[in-house]
Amino acid sequence: MQSSAIDSQVTIGYEEKAEFHHHGHPDHRMFGLVLFLIAESMIFFGLFSAYMIYYATVPEWPMGDIELELLLPGINSVILISSSFVMHKGQSCIRNNDVKGLQLWFTITAIMGAIFLGGQLYEYAHTGFGLTDNLFTSCFYVLTGFHGLHVTAGLLFILAVLWRSRKEGHYSASKHFGVEASELYWHFVDVIWIILFVLVYLLPLQ
Amino acid sequence: MATNTVSEKPQHKQRKLIDYFTFNTDHKVIGIQYLVTSFLFYFIGGAFAEVVRTELATPDPDIVSPELYNQLFTLHGTIMIFLWIVPAGAAFANYLIPLMIGAEDMAFPRLNAVAFWMAPPGGVLLLGSFLVGAPQSGWTSYPPLSLMTGKWGEEFWILSLLLLGTSSILGAINFATTILKMRIKDMDLYSMPLFCWAMLATSALILLSTPVLAGALILLSFDLIAGTSFFNPTGGGDPVVYQHLFWFYSHPAVYIMILPFFGVISEVIPVHSRKPIFGYRAIAYSSLAITFLGLIVWAHHMFTSGTPGWLRMFFMATTMLIAVPTGIKIFSWCATMWGGKIELNTPMLFAMGFVSSFLIGGFTRGMISFLPFDIYVHDTYFIVGHFHYVLFGGSALALFSGFYHWYPKMTGKNYHEGLGQLHFILTFIGLNITFMPMHQLGLMGMNRRVALYDVEFQPLNLLSTAGAYVMAVSTIPFIINVIWSLAKGTQAERNPWRALTLEWQTASPPIIENFEEEPILWSGPYDYGVDDEEQEEESVADMLADVSAK
Ligand code: HEM
Ligand SMILES: [Cu+2]
Repeated sequence: MQSSAIDSQVTIGYEEKAEFHHHGHPDHRMFGLVLFLIAESMIFFGLFSAYMIYYATVPEWPMGDIELELLLPGINSVILISSSFVMHKGQSCIRNNDVKGLQLWFTITAIMGAIFLGGQLYEYAHTGFGLTDNLFTSCFYVLTGFHGLHVTAGLLFILAVLWRSRKEGHYSASKHFGVEASELYWHFVDVIWIILFVLVYLLPLQ
Repeated sequence: MATNTVSEKPQHKQRKLIDYFTFNTDHKVIGIQYLVTSFLFYFIGGAFAEVVRTELATPDPDIVSPELYNQLFTLHGTIMIFLWIVPAGAAFANYLIPLMIGAEDMAFPRLNAVAFWMAPPGGVLLLGSFLVGAPQSGWTSYPPLSLMTGKWGEEFWILSLLLLGTSSILGAINFATTILKMRIKDMDLYSMPLFCWAMLATSALILLSTPVLAGALILLSFDLIAGTSFFNPTGGGDPVVYQHLFWFYSHPAVYIMILPFFGVISEVIPVHSRKPIFGYRAIAYSSLAITFLGLIVWAHHMFTSGTPGWLRMFFMATTMLIAVPTGIKIFSWCATMWGGKIELNTPMLFAMGFVSSFLIGGFTRGMISFLPFDIYVHDTYFIVGHFHYVLFGGSALALFSGFYHWYPKMTGKNYHEGLGQLHFILTFIGLNITFMPMHQLGLMGMNRRVALYDVEFQPLNLLSTAGAYVMAVSTIPFIINVIWSLAKGTQAERNPWRALTLEWQTASPPIIENFEEEPILWSGPYDYGVDDEEQEEESVADMLADVSAK
């Protein structure tokens, strides 16, 4: 009871503050999210480092006669990367208090994210190799899968923002932390994908 | 922050007992929750160590089976690190940071509670592994050994560590944000207590290194459960990759375990020596230097893992370099004590015990960072002796020092000084009898992590076991003191130590939301007896003039 009272006071404090400073940038939650993303990127850093050691030490990479199809993941990449720009339009809308515009662009982003995930599942079904076939295939599934989990989390985040935006005045020009946070997270997932695509799909080509 | 947050008056109520068993967002409740939880696990981990030492009293594996022995030292190490020292650091950080910087709470109170409530399940999971056959591969869990000694016990261990690691990361986000963003107006980075600097450095290390361990454990999990072979040489994998990922976390982890307690010592020593801290900036910056260097020394644990020569040289050099910032701290503490009006009470005794034992741990560290020597003592009891001087003689003694120092603040009661000193004396004697002979044993060639050893090692092992019993006895005055003082201790004043940091400006224990009104920074954190000229470089006089001018 008491604790929730404290909690809501803290939130009230934040909201008032956000109103005082028009762009709401002394927002601690954003700072916290950035720290969280630094930690997240270190997980990927660890996994990518492991991958690079294998790449550097295993004589034949990818092992066996595995060949990765590039067309589908290529299209998928284009979809994911452009979805980041689509999403940014949503944020521009809410800065002008345009909730309808926010909903439109975020819905499109969510659909693009879902297409990406669907494409990934389709790819899994058609690779012709399994998780435990060899070191390369294990790396392939674990890295793309772990990234896929992050896309899923980002998608849920976007859907949550959409859900909340139905309530009148929940997001406004001065108060839209959820919008900014989900967008930052989505960009993060995007950047990780670009690195992953280079390492897992392009590097073995040479 | 505080100015626009509360329009109504804060409630002057105290916490009820039940609050400590619930999901509560008050940083002081969470701090106590962390502290009590960590001490429960200290007793469990300590009991395991006593069994291990009892087994080692004789050369034969007679008291417990070799498998059980492996399980006990594995859980002992894991519990002591991840369920005692690390959460105890979080306990002090949670309790003290908002008080020290004049805030009402942490930046993210709810996240804070979530972080805490991940720890007990982590502990239960770890102990629950006994039901499925506890892990036997040590706290390092090196594959391929960890892939061969019981699948589900190992998996429990992994899940437990993932939970505890996540908890630690969420805590670090809170500490860093709170320290950087929630200080009262007049407090800049250089007028905040050194404990906050230490926690800033610790948080940075946690954020940068713990996730890498999570990555390693995820891959290890796949090897264990799904049959991949990232680290399994029989399937074409590479166990050394695990070692790199593991130590990328676990070397910084030793600083995650010591930096908060460096911070504690920097608070305790000036107060009880009645002197300004010597070299404030040097201590603050050396924490940051340790953070940076701590991230680039990990392969000194892998000198014998086929690491190429040039790489070994690099890691030997960086490892030796890290002695510099650590030495700066030790010298600064000694210089602070030098010529001070030292009061030999329990916190100060533990602090001095810390400085001397940590110094011994530091010397042996200097020895093993020297590659040719390390190759000789790797995996022997020399290493066990070394790291217990650092972890027990270092972190644990400083933890007790802080515990007694802030006990009046946290509980509102004074502890019993005589019992406290008895606790110190028994601990300090026990610690040296237990861990000093281990160095000799290691040099004689006794391997760690085996229940069975050669008869020639028995006398020193007996001595070590006797020391372990002294340490077991040392907990008795401690427990009596804590419980008796809680029930019957005299009421503690607001500021029994006449200390200058902000946590002493509020009631003992502090009211909900900490301060009756926003505290005023009327001096630097360590301006004890300031009137001589030497203090110029700290420009304390300027600061005082500054404050009074307002
Ligand atoms: C009551 C005091 C303690 C005693 C008697 C004790 C005893 C021991 C012994 C004999 C071992 C070696 C087991 C072996 O290699 O076969 C050991 C291992 C270890 N101890 Fe302690 N210890 C104590 C306190 C601590 C504390 C406070 C910490 C850390 C905060 C700690 C951390 C460890 C670790 C990490 C290991 C290595 C486990 C492994 O090899 O996987 N110990 N301890
Ligand atoms: Cu190390």
